[in-house]
Amino acid sequence: MSLSHFLSMGGYAAFVWPAYAVTLIVLIVNVFAARASYRRALEEARRRLQMSELAG
Amino acid sequence: MWIWLHKFASPPHFYRLAGKLVPWFGWSAFVLIVAALFGGLVLAPPDYQQGDAFRIIYVHAPSAWMSLFVYVVMALASAIGLIWRIKLAHAVAASCAPIGASFTFAALATGALWGQPMWGTWWVWDARLTSELILLFLYLGYIALRASIDDLQRADRASAVLALVGVVNVPIIHYSVVWWNTLHQPATVTKMAAPSISTSMLIPLLIMIVGFTLFFVALLLVRVRGEVLRRERSAGWIREVMA
Repeated sequence: MSLSHFLSMGGYAAFVWPAYAVTLIVLIVNVFAARASYRRALEEARRRLQMSELAG
Repeated sequence: MWIWLHKFASPPHFYRLAGKLVPWFGWSAFVLIVAALFGGLVLAPPDYQQGDAFRIIYVHAPSAWMSLFVYVVMALASAIGLIWRIKLAHAVAASCAPIGASFTFAALATGALWGQPMWGTWWVWDARLTSELILLFLYLGYIALRASIDDLQRADRASAVLALVGVVNVPIIHYSVVWWNTLHQPATVTKMAAPSISTSMLIPLLIMIVGFTLFFVALLLVRVRGEVLRRERSAGWIREVMA
């Protein structure tokens, strides 16, 4: 099986590859979004900690 | 059992354990998804009716499965949070919503890309597609509701009620292809009789579904760690984990 045959997806390349691309993008964005959400929470917690130490 | 559960649900214990588990779930999900991509795109033969277009099933069905699975987890966590007032449960529910919304979007987008060559249309207002769209709006409504309430405890309770009301949509989506005779094809895997798909086509699909599920667990653990920090008021253990 040649590469061009594989890429053509039996004539359905215009539908198969975008479907895979959309899903892959969703997976990757999820990784970065989850990390960003965690880092934000960590930063907020650190700030709260400093505030309470200043107050105490 | 209760002692174990109490220890597990205690914020510092969960925070540390989840931190250790994330790479295990993440990397096993990665390996399974890559293997399933190879199996689905290369090893599986083309479908005798749909040709190579059927390969969209390997991203469409797992996304659709996750859109429902994540909602069920979110609703269960919401119920536990409301009944037993467990903060960790609310943290889980809040973390589910953006992940579930993204998988619902993927299911709808890949479904449109499958519908166009097979049905000749990107979209049709049939029962399966419409109820899946409502699922997306439920997730978005949940996220918007949380964002509109500043007090975390009140946001947790209000959004939990919304999640529980919306759970009626889950069986409607699942059985929509049975109850209404629609354009969407009936279930391929979850039939009482043998699945209507050959083994070489089925195995990559099952691997992909397991991979997506493990991927979801890894994402969930990362987000819940953050949500636990947001809900924590006793500074003692936070100072410890940050040191």
